[in-house]
Amino acid sequence: MKVAKLAVLLLAMTLMVVSPVLAKETIKIGAILAVTGPAAFLGAPEEKTLVMMVDDINKKGGIKGHALELIVKDSGASPEKALSFAKQLIEEDKVLAIIGPSTSGETMKIKGVAEEGKTILLSCAAAEVIVNPVAKYVFKTPQKDSYAVIKIFEEMKKMGISKIGVLSSNTGFGKAGKEQIEKLAPEHGITILVNEVYDKAASDLTAEVTKLKAANVQALINWSIEPAQSIVIKNARQIGFNGQIFQSHGFGNIKYVEAALPAAEGVIFPAGRLLVADTLPNSNPQKAVLEKYKKEYEQKNRGEEVSTFGGHAYDALLILTKAIEKAGSTDKEAVRNAIENLKGVVGTAGIFNFSPQDHNGLDINSFEMLTVKNGKFAVLPEPKAKKK
Amino acid sequence: MNIELFFQYLVAGVTYGTIYAIVAIGFNIIYNTTGIINFAQGEFVMLGGMTAVTLHAFLPLPIAILSAVMITMVIGALIEITFIRWLISPSVLRMIIITIGISILVREIALHIWGAGVKALPYFSGTAVSAISIGDVHISPQVLWVIGVSAVMVICLNLFFTYTLPGRQMRACSANRDAARLCGINAKNMVTLSFVLSAGIGALAGCVVSPITYVQYDGGTALAIKGFTVAILGGLGNSMAAVAAGLLLGILESFSIWVMPTAYKDVISISILLLILFVRPSGLFGSKEAAQLKEF
Amino acid sequence: MARNRHLQAFLLIAAVAAVQLATMISDTQHYLTQLTMSGYYSLVIIGLCLLIGYAGQISLGHAGFFAIGGYTSAFLTTYDLTPVSDKAFIAFLSRTGMLVSTADLYGGQVLHLHPWAACLIAILLAIIVAYAIGGPVLKLKGHYLAMATLGFGTIVYKVVLGTEQFGAADGISEVPEFALLPGIAVSGKLSMRIMNYYIAWGLVILGVVLLSNLVHSRVGRALRSIHGAEDAANAMGVNTGRYKLNMFVISAVFAAIGGVFLTHYNGGIGPSEASIMKSVRYVAIVAIGGMANLWGALVMGFVLNFLSLRGYFGSYDDAVFGAILIIIMLFTPEGLLRRDLFSDIRSLFGSGKDLEEKV
Repeated sequence: MKVAKLAVLLLAMTLMVVSPVLAKETIKIGAILAVTGPAAFLGAPEEKTLVMMVDDINKKGGIKGHALELIVKDSGASPEKALSFAKQLIEEDKVLAIIGPSTSGETMKIKGVAEEGKTILLSCAAAEVIVNPVAKYVFKTPQKDSYAVIKIFEEMKKMGISKIGVLSSNTGFGKAGKEQIEKLAPEHGITILVNEVYDKAASDLTAEVTKLKAANVQALINWSIEPAQSIVIKNARQIGFNGQIFQSHGFGNIKYVEAALPAAEGVIFPAGRLLVADTLPNSNPQKAVLEKYKKEYEQKNRGEEVSTFGGHAYDALLILTKAIEKAGSTDKEAVRNAIENLKGVVGTAGIFNFSPQDHNGLDINSFEMLTVKNGKFAVLPEPKAKKK
Repeated sequence: MNIELFFQYLVAGVTYGTIYAIVAIGFNIIYNTTGIINFAQGEFVMLGGMTAVTLHAFLPLPIAILSAVMITMVIGALIEITFIRWLISPSVLRMIIITIGISILVREIALHIWGAGVKALPYFSGTAVSAISIGDVHISPQVLWVIGVSAVMVICLNLFFTYTLPGRQMRACSANRDAARLCGINAKNMVTLSFVLSAGIGALAGCVVSPITYVQYDGGTALAIKGFTVAILGGLGNSMAAVAAGLLLGILESFSIWVMPTAYKDVISISILLLILFVRPSGLFGSKEAAQLKEF
Repeated sequence: MARNRHLQAFLLIAAVAAVQLATMISDTQHYLTQLTMSGYYSLVIIGLCLLIGYAGQISLGHAGFFAIGGYTSAFLTTYDLTPVSDKAFIAFLSRTGMLVSTADLYGGQVLHLHPWAACLIAILLAIIVAYAIGGPVLKLKGHYLAMATLGFGTIVYKVVLGTEQFGAADGISEVPEFALLPGIAVSGKLSMRIMNYYIAWGLVILGVVLLSNLVHSRVGRALRSIHGAEDAANAMGVNTGRYKLNMFVISAVFAAIGGVFLTHYNGGIGPSEASIMKSVRYVAIVAIGGMANLWGALVMGFVLNFLSLRGYFGSYDDAVFGAILIIIMLFTPEGLLRRDLFSDIRSLFGSGKDLEEKV
């Protein structure tokens, strides 16, 4: 730590000496995002968010006089393209940092490239393996899946639920959640009676929920980000499943809720606070950031609803900006060290406190348990009576 | 397995099956008049659903659906006129590649128009949770809509092909195109008509199923593969058999989750298809003669 | 004839070397990364060209064979055998030098099968699968053949996507480098970039020379007779079934080898490599290159993959391939590089004659 700080200081000093030359140099930032393809629901809002932020920063005179240059590459969620783009960005564009990729599969493929090229990677993908074990240059902004699972299990304990059924989609998101659920269930006294994986393009899941109902589970956890997550709720209620339904933090899109109303009423899920920004008390430290992002995004994109996924890109660029400011330089090493020492950065996902051991920086309190009430997201009221 | 559960699976299977069957019928209509498998058939379903959702923002539901079907029909005609009408006896390989190209292009255009988001029409009657319960079996009213509309569609098509002049001309073309032309039938127009018809059927299907399955820009491909599977399973060109094959496949898929993880559902249905192709390429219900007659 | 083929091969070698030298002189060596990757894809494409262009059989599932190669190799070289290292069979493998131990990204040791063994198993598997499905599939024609191959591709895609051992949607990461010989390895490391460029294109040259000899031999004539009129060929005593099957297997092997090598080069593989869209792209490239034109397919395979991997098509990547497919098939069904202009140029070298009018 001390050495790192010293290094930062030294670098900052050297840079101050040469700064007149460097002052106007633009900072290049790469972004590998799945703007199209099967993970477009992640990549598209991420891209829009980054473009919006970079415009904004440049209008205000850049970061300490440095203008930002954003290079977005659309990987279409293919790892081989992500890999090719990562090498391009690192070697040819000589970017300071890469934001993305959007999916865990892609991130895992280019982790080694970022390490070899000594370039900061701020992944917008959720899987825990990205930062555990820690790789020197790899960071991530979304909350850990395991926290979401623990939050759900804790809620279940309060509600007296112990027998559950798990449904997940065959995407990276679904897979990561399923693994954490399987791993953490025993220590929370939860028994998984049914565990099914369905196709991400599934259009009717009656057969799956029927299986759950037949097994007499008390609650259902669904882990996916596709439209299937609202199909699950609808089908479950249609066949008369009366247990509690839990969703993952991928449920944070009001469109899905609207599509599944009134079946979606009472669904419980963990999520960042972006979705309930307007109902947060003014004392909440995140409130200002969340409302600002929500307002700007929705203005810029003609009323398109803000999503937590775009928020991950927001956090990534925010962290990078703070680190550049803190390091006072655009040197990769200095900025990397600065990120590792960032504390109390208020982002959309939560409050980031990085350390050399923790390249995610979020704790379990970054999740809030939410529910759907009268067709809107709302914070789950604390004293929770057991549902019917 | 108890009896309620059995019926619940059956209903789920019938829902899948009906959707597959409608797409397969769209394949068959074009195949019959042209000998082409239109790989862009799934895109008609997507276009119908997407357009209807867009129009529903300012039009009442029935009018929005009607307009969406009309618009998709026009698109179907345009596709045929632009890409297919003027080709002189193209090879099967060439047609496969062209229609695949069209499907990709339509999908990408839809992505840039509507974005990657998911859209849906509201339930035609009731809400997402309303269900008609018979004992412990619960059926969503929309499922009845899907089955009802499909049934009406199949009956209307049959009437169209049996009793109307254009319908009979289309059948004449599919039986023997040269002879039909000698009798003064404009075979080219019949091809365009077949594209219009199958675009309309696809679009209507897209509207009816969208409350259950939603529409997304890339939803057409998966449907096309399933529809194609069903069309071949029933015997290419035979639409009544397609209905039977569709239901069979839907029910099989629905029950398959008893024995296999759901992730492999498609693997099962396609493996069955491959087996049938290897043993009986004319399809389950198709006989050699039927394949030659190629009647609706 | 033979001399012309030698000339072509020689020109290709010269071109490969010239490109490398050019990147060195102009200090644009970073292009070699995408050049290497597109080399491996070109391997798939020339194999598919043999099948579509010369044997006249369409395959909408060739990404499946690429994935069989890539995934088999990736799985076998990342599956850690340490926990079972005391089992007799594993110990036997270990003694025969079939196992190696490599360090992963975090310094842990992974005991796994040697990449050479994995590579051979992968190719063997592709051969077995190709024979098993090729027999019945190739009896089909037209739409049925298209559907059957599409079905095969879909099955492979769904299996890799649904199987946890293959990493499901995330694919397999941290695939070790493939030491071909001491000091020569397939690896994405910066320091080995030039070497890997030559490994990839060396394979392509080898492949294209093999295939070009094949299509100019008796086999090639038999193939063209199948493409022209299969029944007539049968009547003339050509065992068309066997020829088609053999070509199918050869093209599957080419795809599998491409898969194995690219996976080691990239250090991983994901389900997108097995997707139907990938298969369609391969067909598109063969079509553009001129169905029965190995060199055309090779050139287009290299150019289009290179541009795509460089990200020049941006968010319109798939749209570009769709548009190209339609335009080529509408206006020049015999392919861009089979236009009169091109065959005129080629006839200067005297090799255009025997390929004319064959689609």
